[in-house]
Amino acid sequence: MFSVFEGGSGIREKVEGLELKQKNILQVEHLQKSYDNHLMVLKDISFSMEKGEVVVIVGPSGCGKSTFLRCINLLEPINGGQILLEGNDIRKNPKEAHVIRQKIGMVFQSYELFPHMTILENVVLAPCMVQKRNKGEVILEAEALLERVGLLEKKEAYPRQLSGGQKQRVAIVRSLIMHPELLLLDEITAALDPEMVREVLQVVLELARDGMTMLIVTHEMEFARAVADRVIFMDGGRIVEESSPEEFFGYPKSDRAKQFLNTFHYEALV
Amino acid sequence: MQNLGIQVLFQGTNFLRLLEGLWVSLRLAVVSMALSIVLGIFLGMLMNSKRKWVKAVCRIYLEIVRIMPQLVLLFLVYFGAAKHLGINLSGEVSAVLVFTFWGTAEMGDLVRSALISIPKHQYESGYALGMTEKQVFFRIIIPQTIRRLLPSMMNLLTRMIKTTSLVVLIGVVEVVKVGKQMIDASRFTTPSAAFWVYGMIFLLYFAVCFPFSRAAAVLERKLRD
Amino acid sequence: MDIEFIRENIPFYVEAAFLTARLALIGILLSAGIGFVCCIIRELRIPVLRQITAVYIELSRNTPLLVQLFFLYFGLPRIGIVLSSEACAIIGLAFLGGSYMAEAFRSGLEAVPQIQTEAGMSLGMKRMQIFFHIILPQAVATSVPVFCANVIFLIKETSVFSAVALTDLVFVAKDLIGISYRTDEALLMLVAAYLLLLLPVSVLCSFIERRVRYAEFGNTGIVSGN
Repeated sequence: MFSVFEGGSGIREKVEGLELKQKNILQVEHLQKSYDNHLMVLKDISFSMEKGEVVVIVGPSGCGKSTFLRCINLLEPINGGQILLEGNDIRKNPKEAHVIRQKIGMVFQSYELFPHMTILENVVLAPCMVQKRNKGEVILEAEALLERVGLLEKKEAYPRQLSGGQKQRVAIVRSLIMHPELLLLDEITAALDPEMVREVLQVVLELARDGMTMLIVTHEMEFARAVADRVIFMDGGRIVEESSPEEFFGYPKSDRAKQFLNTFHYEALV
Repeated sequence: MQNLGIQVLFQGTNFLRLLEGLWVSLRLAVVSMALSIVLGIFLGMLMNSKRKWVKAVCRIYLEIVRIMPQLVLLFLVYFGAAKHLGINLSGEVSAVLVFTFWGTAEMGDLVRSALISIPKHQYESGYALGMTEKQVFFRIIIPQTIRRLLPSMMNLLTRMIKTTSLVVLIGVVEVVKVGKQMIDASRFTTPSAAFWVYGMIFLLYFAVCFPFSRAAAVLERKLRD
Repeated sequence: MDIEFIRENIPFYVEAAFLTARLALIGILLSAGIGFVCCIIRELRIPVLRQITAVYIELSRNTPLLVQLFFLYFGLPRIGIVLSSEACAIIGLAFLGGSYMAEAFRSGLEAVPQIQTEAGMSLGMKRMQIFFHIILPQAVATSVPVFCANVIFLIKETSVFSAVALTDLVFVAKDLIGISYRTDEALLMLVAAYLLLLLPVSVLCSFIERRVRYAEFGNTGIVSGN
């Protein structure tokens, strides 16, 4: 009787595990990455995200946050572990990498708009070429999105005529119009002048409110506190702490987290 | 007869004569290059002068060199000098004059832009140590400039070596002329000589220029790091 | 200065100038084509062709046009391949120019930051699509100055065509000097002809370069390491 019961619970765990995997939009298991000179930059990262969740990754420079992001959308090769998007191993078919990338959007710190195209052309290029959508419909959606971020009037301008904050908002729109399942934001305000940081983060907050699943790497602690459902603290290629924003910013558990948060805190000189 | 063609290269002193002809060309290039470097440094300094007319003259000089084919300049000097200066310049001397004229302009432009790119602190730290302007210039600035310009200089030298092939058209006995003589001499014995001789001259130029262009590429990569 | 002599002989120079211009144009277009193909081969890393291209570029950049022409015009007939003067001139110029154009396009390609490719990839674009729609347009813009310099260089190189019995400008001048001893006039017309040929090209090139620089492609974002 004992063994049947055990077997029963074993099967139930397996079924629950499967369901869990499918509910998780992203599942990373024991991810390892090292560079050619045997420098291990990611050491055994395990992590999962649900649909609609906003996870913020913070940590000191060089801890591997950006590299982690780049592994998820297949911009970097990995040396061990698994990455599952909606239950499917993203590395299963290397030739289908571009299909996976349609589902995962990325916004870069340096915006990376295409300088030889207008703003509208920048946004409309991928949906038409990659997803083969109808151009008229795409243009309508592009204009609607540009309007939402307040840049419709710039649709015929070239990137060089826009400010950093404007370019970054366009970059976000460019990724959004692909209807990704998951959006990766890699320190998107790090290269911006302080006045422009807010206009960009405002857009991200709205996206979070609308239910976009996002994985954000940032140094903006106030913003992280406001937008995150969960905060992950990385250091030396490992996840050191994982908790809710209130817990992390209010009562950090590990010493390294405490040290890290202190670097943003200035004591007034008496 | 065709399979005997390549033998013309090994008959008697033929190959040696080709090499001697190549040496004539190399000599021209090296001498012109050396003169160009020295004069080019002065020209480069001159081009940064504050006087407008000096700059204008230099710009015109550079434009002339940029627009005029070297062969035309060679003709001007070789045929023109005899008539106007009364002296009969040999092809070789004309070549050195023209190549130096060309090389100085290129070096001058390179030196000018390199001088501009050297940060002011270099000058200022020299002055702060009590050195005079002249000392700072020749002992600190110029050596750095030359080092930075090495790849471009090697590139210019390679181009000069290739351009020396033109002097056959003003009668200098260099490698192409020697080749022609060899071909004429073996007109009956080896009809296919032209293929092998010119082919060999092609390879000889390659053998001389390739090391320099490789060296320039390596230097450039080293300097970039 | 014998004005009459000049007036009499202008037609010869004009005809020669047209010949030079025609051959130069064909040669330059072919060079651009060859250079483009070489670049594509290198980018796509096609196995055997890549090595052949590398060898070609080294051979062509390290040998003078004159020697290449002599080989084509005097050497090849000895093994049965006979080419006309014009064919030799065009082939020689294209052979030489191709490698210079390949360099120009390569430097243009290298100037496009790798992260632009990544931006295209992150939008789900395939390598081919990224290359033609994102990288290539930017590379072309950057290649323009070097391309223009190459055009001027190749037009100057045509001055050796007289060596393969083409009645080009140098041939006409040399001929006149030999026949009439009117060195000054002949040389003056020679210089004038090349000025008329090259000054407009040089001015046009400067203009194009300035326009492209004004377009100011490039990102202004500062990327910090992480």
